[in-house]
Amino acid sequence: MSNTEHHDYFGAKLGMWLFLFTELLLFGGLFLLYAVYFKRYPEEFAAGGRQLDWVLGTVNTLILLTSSLFAAMAVTAVQRSEQRRSMALIGGTVLCAAGFLVIKYVEWSAKISHGIYPGAERLKSGDPGESVFFGLYYLTTGLHGLHVLIGGILLVWIAVKVKNGAVTADNGILLENGALYWHLVDLIWIFIFPLYYLML
Amino acid sequence: MNPAQLPRSSFWNDTGKSGITAWIFSIDHKRIGLLYLFTTFSFFLVGVILGLLLRIELMAPGRTIMGAQTYNALFTVHGVVMIFLFILPGFPGAFGNLVMPIQIGARDVAFPRLNLLSWWLYVTGAAIVLTSLFTGGGPPDTGWTFYVPFSTRTVTNVTLAVFGVFVIGFSAILTGLNFVTTIHRLRAEGMTWGKLPLFVWSLYATAWVQILATPILAITLVLVMAERLLGTGLFDPGRGGDPLMYQHLFWIYSHPAVYIMILPAMGVISDIIPVFARKPVFGYKMIAFSSLAIAAAGSLVWGHHMFTSGMSDTAVLVFSFLTFIVAIPSAIKVFNWVATLYKGSISLEAPMLFALSFILLFSIGGLSGLILGAAATDVHVHDTHFVVGHFHYVMFGGTGFAFFGAMHYWLPKFYGRRYAEKPALVAWALMFTGFNILYFTMQVLGMQGMPRRYYDYLPEFSSLNLAATVGSWILAAGMVIMLVNLFRGLLKGEPAGNNPWGGATLEWTISSPPPTENFAAEPVVTHGPYDFSKTGAP
Ligand code: HEM
Repeated sequence: MSNTEHHDYFGAKLGMWLFLFTELLLFGGLFLLYAVYFKRYPEEFAAGGRQLDWVLGTVNTLILLTSSLFAAMAVTAVQRSEQRRSMALIGGTVLCAAGFLVIKYVEWSAKISHGIYPGAERLKSGDPGESVFFGLYYLTTGLHGLHVLIGGILLVWIAVKVKNGAVTADNGILLENGALYWHLVDLIWIFIFPLYYLML
Repeated sequence: MNPAQLPRSSFWNDTGKSGITAWIFSIDHKRIGLLYLFTTFSFFLVGVILGLLLRIELMAPGRTIMGAQTYNALFTVHGVVMIFLFILPGFPGAFGNLVMPIQIGARDVAFPRLNLLSWWLYVTGAAIVLTSLFTGGGPPDTGWTFYVPFSTRTVTNVTLAVFGVFVIGFSAILTGLNFVTTIHRLRAEGMTWGKLPLFVWSLYATAWVQILATPILAITLVLVMAERLLGTGLFDPGRGGDPLMYQHLFWIYSHPAVYIMILPAMGVISDIIPVFARKPVFGYKMIAFSSLAIAAAGSLVWGHHMFTSGMSDTAVLVFSFLTFIVAIPSAIKVFNWVATLYKGSISLEAPMLFALSFILLFSIGGLSGLILGAAATDVHVHDTHFVVGHFHYVMFGGTGFAFFGAMHYWLPKFYGRRYAEKPALVAWALMFTGFNILYFTMQVLGMQGMPRRYYDYLPEFSSLNLAATVGSWILAAGMVIMLVNLFRGLLKGEPAGNNPWGGATLEWTISSPPPTENFAAEPVVTHGPYDFSKTGAP
């Protein structure tokens, strides 16, 4: 029968886009909290933002943008049947993901060593606005970091599929969907970055 | 085929595999549907037993069989089981999977393996919830709503229970996106949007709500876990947080979620009524459209759960107004069903009785909902037994009775055998009577001021409470008869034949039980789902 699931390219794309919507909404809840609390504590949010390292944040933004570029190029490479090139490009994306997480780790450790982490004494007894800002910061970047990790693992798995010849020019939907997911991870960061690092 | 015979091969045996692993790892939508049916319905029965225990405690004032803490835990577990383990996954998971692909003329859903994953996630989540009852600080005692600040402070095992619900939410999202994709992509030739059975339309609207609302629940539950495990303090007023934000986030999901519960039920009713009135459904377009309208408007009314929370007066007015708007598409459906019955040649078989009682019980539930939706009256009955009566009328009298109706209507298709009609009618009569004694009394008690979620009450409420408890026994007796009858009939009853009710949707054109591939050749749809001129009378 023609209307079964096999190789329904459009159907697979549709499913993926729907899934991406749900991811946006998931983060949407956190952005909603951000909006409400920002209105309540504008000054504390600005002060909190100044404590974050905007240089590292910028570097991470560039890293993610580059990784998205690699992911897009990997898709094109498979479409041209250049499997090896595609695998190398996916490798580049995964390396960027790892770099991103390392920098995040450095940032978090620096903050934690200054006694700023959820549940810390300093936040408990200090300014309520600051506590809310950093609570949101850790949750949002933590959840995003988790997505970076999952996306990285996903891409490695897809690279193996490319190697095995399961992803080809005619049947590249897996890689395309993987890249879509990766762009989403990137996109969410594009919102997180200014909201947290660039608040005046 | 001779209608008095079972087909020699069907999805029960035609793959040659029937061991337990051939079921729990099957990607056939019919097998997955039955898996969902058995798991969700088992949890329903667990919930019923807990409900009966609650009612026994309330039989007389003071301590009857349990103390305050046990009562708190029991109503929480009753609520969590009924909502997250039965009613939310139940309809889409069981009947959505069983019937929807056949109704649109497809071989299966768009992503069969994802479908299996959904069931596994559901089972995993359910197992986690069950584990939370017996480990750590004991079963959660927050109510199914997990309101902060209590849920972040209580020593009971809230974290694990919340995590289980989170996993189940994932399963709902996957089911939702699977169904939307299926309905868009896999309709058979000629199955235009205007020829979709109304059950499919309702599942389509449901699936969108699952996709759009569940992520908000997920993030809310993550926040509760973070509060408990990390102490982020985002809902803690002492640390700059705002508990009201929890309520907003929770109801942004949970109010649309009640439409996940009711929409598929309305879909079944819209399918059953024309078949048993032997008349095309009245106002097909309006019923289909009102499902979408309910899904859309229902997403904007969450604030009506929070009238007494200290939210601003403007917000109260706006939410109250929007709530009344949701009543319009719901009423459209009720009027259309009634108009379908008008001058029909009605046959009162079991599925039809459940459908008719759905209309009545849902209307009572819906209208009492308006009393709660109007801010002025809500302030008086908020958090009383009136609310408990209201939502049982909608969820149990509505969705629950529709679920029973669907079991009587569709299960003969999938088992190939029929239950006995007489016991089904007796069971229905008992359940309907018991139900009203139980919950109408609760609404009256609420009007008189009896609050919800207490194991004790003032002596003047005694006699009505006793009546309610007796009602719950009548209801339970009816349920036992219904189950025994269904079970016996489906295993040993008379062969049902392909089309026992004379339905005109596609599932009645194939054998009962259907073969694994559903249709021997891709069907071409030429007539509408309620065009009975093309089907022989049963
Ligand atoms: C024989 C069947 C049932 C009985 C006897 C029953 C009885 C009860 C009772 C006595 C309460 C607690 C009232 C209070 O003190 O606040 C309750 C709460 C509740 N019930 Fe049921 N119920 C039944 C079926 C159902 C069904 C089918 C559903 C949903 C599909 C359901 C959903 C709920 C929910 C959500 C709550 C609220 C729990 C909370 O307060 O957190 N019940 N029920």
